[in-house]
Amino acid sequence: MRASLLLLADSRLPAGGHAHSGGVEPAVSAGVIGDVPALADFLRGRLATSGLVAAALAAAACAHALEGGDAWALLDAEADARTPSPAQRKAARAQGRSLLRVARTTWPARALEALAVVSPDGPHHPLVLGAATASLGGTPHEAAAVTAYNAVTGGASAGVRLLGLDPLEVNRALAALAEDVDAVAAKAAACTDGPWTALPAASAPLLDIYAELHLRADLRLFES
Amino acid sequence: MTRSYTARAAVTATCADGVTRLTRLRSDGPLALREAAGAVHLVGAAAGPLGGDDLELELRVGPGARLAVRSAATAVALPGDGASRMTVRAEVGAGGRLDFAPEPTVAARGCDHRAAAEIALAGDATLRWREELVLGRHREPPGRHTGRFDVTVDGVALLRHELRIADRYAGPAVLGDAGAAGSVLLAGPGLGREPYAAAGLAVLPLAGPGVLITAVAADSAGLRRLLDEGEDFVTGMP
Amino acid sequence: MGEHHEHDPHDAAPAHGRPLRLGIGGPVGSGKTALTAALCRALRGELEVAVVTNDIYTTEDADFLRREAVLPDDRITAVRTGACPHTAIRDDISANLDAVEALQARHPGLDLVIVESGGDNLTALFSRGLADRQIFVLDVAGGDDVPRKGGLGVAAADLLVINKTDLAPLVGSDLAVMGRDAAKVRDGKPVAFTSLREQPGAPEVAGWVRDALRTW
Repeated sequence: MRASLLLLADSRLPAGGHAHSGGVEPAVSAGVIGDVPALADFLRGRLATSGLVAAALAAAACAHALEGGDAWALLDAEADARTPSPAQRKAARAQGRSLLRVARTTWPARALEALAVVSPDGPHHPLVLGAATASLGGTPHEAAAVTAYNAVTGGASAGVRLLGLDPLEVNRALAALAEDVDAVAAKAAACTDGPWTALPAASAPLLDIYAELHLRADLRLFES
Repeated sequence: MTRSYTARAAVTATCADGVTRLTRLRSDGPLALREAAGAVHLVGAAAGPLGGDDLELELRVGPGARLAVRSAATAVALPGDGASRMTVRAEVGAGGRLDFAPEPTVAARGCDHRAAAEIALAGDATLRWREELVLGRHREPPGRHTGRFDVTVDGVALLRHELRIADRYAGPAVLGDAGAAGSVLLAGPGLGREPYAAAGLAVLPLAGPGVLITAVAADSAGLRRLLDEGEDFVTGMP
Repeated sequence: MGEHHEHDPHDAAPAHGRPLRLGIGGPVGSGKTALTAALCRALRGELEVAVVTNDIYTTEDADFLRREAVLPDDRITAVRTGACPHTAIRDDISANLDAVEALQARHPGLDLVIVESGGDNLTALFSRGLADRQIFVLDVAGGDDVPRKGGLGVAAADLLVINKTDLAPLVGSDLAVMGRDAAKVRDGKPVAFTSLREQPGAPEVAGWVRDALRTW
């Protein structure tokens, strides 16, 4: 099971992640990220806000799949309510569709089939990640860990590509964030004890603003 | 030392024959309420909220009724004996309208304030809800502030939104070097669905029947200008 | 008014139950977009065609195709590749698959979906999960030694197109050498010489696509 979990967390998983910068591209365009320390600050804030929300949704989805639940539309609506930016909802559903394609092929499960019909635009990405984690034998905490990890690695890679940052320096910055990633995963996993309505809803006003500005930019390499 | 308050205030607006009347207006401790100029005003009978305060305001807007809530002055969240809490619970019935737009809250140095708003709307109710947070008094770093905002329409989640101010949550992804942050939620039938963004401002049509206007600015005046601009964009006013 | 206009101009439905996916790859500036436009113009009268572009920087290629009106706007989709054009057609094809499937859903009668890659190096190759057939486009101005150097695209593409032949005398490229070198590494697979300036319809390539559709 451990190797399967690593496969799910691998950036080489063919689930479309490489075309999403997690807000790093518009932040670079706005001039607020120009070096590795600024990138690390950005990622720390992203992890604490949208990263925590996504990790908690993934943990809840994993727990729900393990229980054999079928309230996927309700959990998807809770994800929508925590994603006010239409650009971010679109990106979350696009990545959800892509991950669903991989997961249904690799770790087929009833929960993944149910998620496939939750919305014509596809389900929110963390729900698929949670259900896939359950399908490969993982726990809600592990689903949260993979999600929190993804919340910083995708943006870090975008920073390397957009700014030509030293990948060794960026990797060191990611290693320095590892403790925060673990803490967010633990916090997110602990939320599975409570109702979905009480799941974290930490917002980042600038991420919302950047996500919308990005759609209006003339030059963009990443979908989001 | 200042003593801390536990206060429960309430307003109920009821509509009969097309006319809204306040059938309940209960002030309590620092939550002093006055009816004036077509609105209920929070007139703050004491400084605060202070650490240790536990304040609740309940707003009920009956079917077809209208209620506007304003405040007389900026609230300043101050340190004290533990965390301070301010919770607003609102219910708006069918065809009712709640317009909640108090003056900003300042998160003063050392404060630990937990604001929460729980709003339940009937399907065709209308809501305007403005929240403005100023990060510290003049040239001071803010204390801790958590604002959680939960809005449902006919029991379905419309928006769950939490803004946290604490050193580890700042940074270029969250608030940057902003001195003030805030939002206006417009909910109800027939709102525009067009998103908009400019420096420091985004107009975000939600998945459900609502639009969140979110803004960050250097100070409270700049924040108000951006929020007004966003509202004008949604309502089509100049 | 209860009257259906579902006349099918084709002989038969695609054998695989979905349109043929044709990848068009090649270096920056070799003429991929111009070839895509030429194929759309040549084939749109007889086939239902749609295009996915993989721009590197912007939606310029998609915008070009829309401006040229080679197809109705809703048949052209642009995919962003996060500065990694080869990843999007080879290692992680999900965004392209997503775009192809959305086009298929919108236009159920499609015969051909062209996926034009972002300009890339000579090692780029379409994944078989994305493209059923692929064309690699070189131009003579890139140097007549390119086929000799080989590379995955030159060697493995189902059709190698050597484009801008009208420029050969101007840039000192020897078409015979290019053809001979290409044949060596291509194991009998076809090579087409084109000049879209002289033959805007790219008849040889369009013919090859028709054959590909017949035998698919």
